[in-house]
Amino acid sequence: MSAQFTVNGKAVSVEVEPRMTLADCLRQKLRLTGTHLGCEHGVCGACTVIVNGDAVRSCLMLAVQAEGCEVVTVEGLSNDADLTPLQTAFRKHHALQCGYCTPGILTTAHALLSEEPYCDVERIREVLSGNLCRCTGYVSIIDAVLEAREAYQQAPSLPSPASGGG
Amino acid sequence: MKLPPLDYACPATIAEAVALLAAHNGEAKPIAGGQSLMPMLAFRVASPSLLVDLRKLPDLNRIAIGDDGVRLGPMVRWRDIEDDVRLRSAQPLLAAAIEHVAHYQIRNRGTVGGSLAHADPAAEMPGIALTCDAEISVMGSAGARVIRAQDFFLGPLTTALATDEIIAEVRLPAWPARRRWGFQEFSRRRGDFALAGVALFYDEDDDGKAVNAHAGAIGVDDRPVRLSAVEAVLNGHTVDTATIAAAAKAASGEVEPADDIHAPAAYRRALVGTLTERALKAASAT
Repeated sequence: MSAQFTVNGKAVSVEVEPRMTLADCLRQKLRLTGTHLGCEHGVCGACTVIVNGDAVRSCLMLAVQAEGCEVVTVEGLSNDADLTPLQTAFRKHHALQCGYCTPGILTTAHALLSEEPYCDVERIREVLSGNLCRCTGYVSIIDAVLEAREAYQQAPSLPSPASGGG
Repeated sequence: MKLPPLDYACPATIAEAVALLAAHNGEAKPIAGGQSLMPMLAFRVASPSLLVDLRKLPDLNRIAIGDDGVRLGPMVRWRDIEDDVRLRSAQPLLAAAIEHVAHYQIRNRGTVGGSLAHADPAAEMPGIALTCDAEISVMGSAGARVIRAQDFFLGPLTTALATDEIIAEVRLPAWPARRRWGFQEFSRRRGDFALAGVALFYDEDDDGKAVNAHAGAIGVDDRPVRLSAVEAVLNGHTVDTATIAAAAKAASGEVEPADDIHAPAAYRRALVGTLTERALKAASAT
């Protein structure tokens, strides 16, 4: 089957088996390997992407269900010019170690801060409870997301996908 | 594991969806948010030959609040319930229970209809439907019918839905403004399925005695159950410390959980008592 949707602002048309998940489609068909697959059954959150503004697990969605949707992956959250507020905060707080869960945490945090730029630490903890991280112990991640809030409060729509991804 | 091979259809009308399901003699499965069905496909617990996506069916994602209660379309997501501030007074028990469903990302796609049709014994929505005497309207090739929640859940992941039927609407009866209620559940990690949960409500007569008590539990049997012994303890009594203690004891006494890898039966029995006590304390607090 074919499916048309946009990824990081770019229109794409893919030919996929109906059983292919959006996660596999992004990685294998579109070579956007920033989206990581951990459990492949909706538990770990590593594969989180943003579909029509909502953070969703791309292993629990078929590629054909993305027809007509706007998909943003972790590649779409960066640009070539400089570090985004989330990237800066993650770097400063050492909010990653092995990095496997990081794409899912960044997409989740971006969706959260875009919608709720004034969320408190409890809300951040609750939302990130859907993302498993076995390295950091979460404290540094929470600190980073808390710090990134300010940038979203000033410009809730940033950052734009711009040149990210491919 | 990758999903088994399957076909996919995305019909534009309920009639078309029902016809597709009927034509496949039980080999086709409707998919709403897919947050339960997709993992089942990944584990190959389910391997339908056809998935019938309900996302294009019109008007199934509405929340209507009227004199006869709250009507939820099957495609209403947990997120939609969370965002609808009217529900906090029109159906506070539902709003409170849904706060416990899964995680942020799942809540953006998981649906009311999907949860009811999936019928996990520990899921919140089936428990609320049963406790509130919900009516579930369904559409199939034989036409429309209404199934009462008490007749809907038949066992683990098993409902009264025929293979060619789709949930069209769930109606939760009207909720008086002064009704007292409580919802409590316990899970080891936030967002996990509950080891057990208790939902309850009652009204008060002119003397402050409980009437019309409804209580239900999730996670303690092969389907959500009503706690009729708890209801009997509450009805006609002032909900004070003694009544709450009696209700908690009744709850532990009437459930029949099985031992499983998550908890022994005795633990779950005790837990249901504790949760009943907490829910009643919250309900009766002024």
